[in-house]
Amino acid sequence: MSDAPAKPGLAALFMGFFTIGVCGFGGVLPWARRMVVEQRRWMTPAEFTDLLGLCQFLPGGNVINLSVAIGARFAGTAGALAAFTGLMAAPMTIVIALGVLYAGTSDMPIVQHGMAGLAATASALVLATALKIASPLRFRPIGIIVALATFLAIAVLRWPLPPVLLAAATLSMLLAWRFRA
Amino acid sequence: MSGLAALPTLALIFAQLSLLAFGGGSSVLPEMQRQVVQVHPWMTSSEFAALYALAQAAPGPNMLVTTLIGWRMAGVSGALVATLSLCAPSSLLTFCTAHLWYRFRDAPWRALVQRGLLPVTAGLIMASAAVLTQSTTTGWQTAVLTAVATLVFLVTRLHPLIVLAAGAALGMLGLLG
Repeated sequence: MSDAPAKPGLAALFMGFFTIGVCGFGGVLPWARRMVVEQRRWMTPAEFTDLLGLCQFLPGGNVINLSVAIGARFAGTAGALAAFTGLMAAPMTIVIALGVLYAGTSDMPIVQHGMAGLAATASALVLATALKIASPLRFRPIGIIVALATFLAIAVLRWPLPPVLLAAATLSMLLAWRFRA
Repeated sequence: MSGLAALPTLALIFAQLSLLAFGGGSSVLPEMQRQVVQVHPWMTSSEFAALYALAQAAPGPNMLVTTLIGWRMAGVSGALVATLSLCAPSSLLTFCTAHLWYRFRDAPWRALVQRGLLPVTAGLIMASAAVLTQSTTTGWQTAVLTAVATLVFLVTRLHPLIVLAAGAALGMLGLLG
């Protein structure tokens, strides 16, 4: 469809991911794809999807991992640092500014009431994300049981995450392998 | 223990969470809350929920609650330490494995591992939602708001920021009791 995309340098990596960080309200992934694949054409859609697969599989923020992987691919260690710094700079500054603003006004009833509404809606955003992520499990009864057991251990019993994650992930992968569950 | 003195402990906690965050930052929220509210009583669960809500109102990756927790405990240096602790271990892992991933792109175990991790990730994020909702539900009004907003996020393509702003506006108008 097009000629070979230009290989980005450090400044381009920083600026590209800076744009993603600024734009990405309520989920940065769509913006990341738009910038990397459609606008700057650093990667083909297939390359992007493949690398995203790794970033979703590894622990940590998906788009943070993606910035590191893409930066590293084009410009090694310095590239990874440039992309990561670009992604985080603006959001961190903005969120601290919000924190300062909130700390200075949190005694005012109107701010407290507004915060109650904002917080209840933020919970809804996580709830909706959880339901979207869980929806492919509809046809996997064993998968549903594993998900419910994980939920019970963390949300109800409040067990510590490390042993729960280790046990649940091992069991779930064994079940996936044995029963194609 | 609070402020700068608590930063090494905070760094250690977040560095561990970094390597446990399968499926992204949302999956470690309950453990993060357990650590900073229960294990080390640095804040109340409603303060935690407020910081999380503020983080959701900012653009960028959804791990910014970490920045705010660090900032609240020790200002800008706290924010930097907390954020880097949460990002560095997983980023290093990504940095080191990116080329291996490409080499094994057709290996059957890759699909199997991804398939096996999905139910666990789903359960973890559902737990995050439950723990957050528990601390943000202050009465029937906020419960209804959470339920309605969830539906809006699921069935409409409305920009999340608009919905968050609407929730805050309803609260400011005094409609949430």
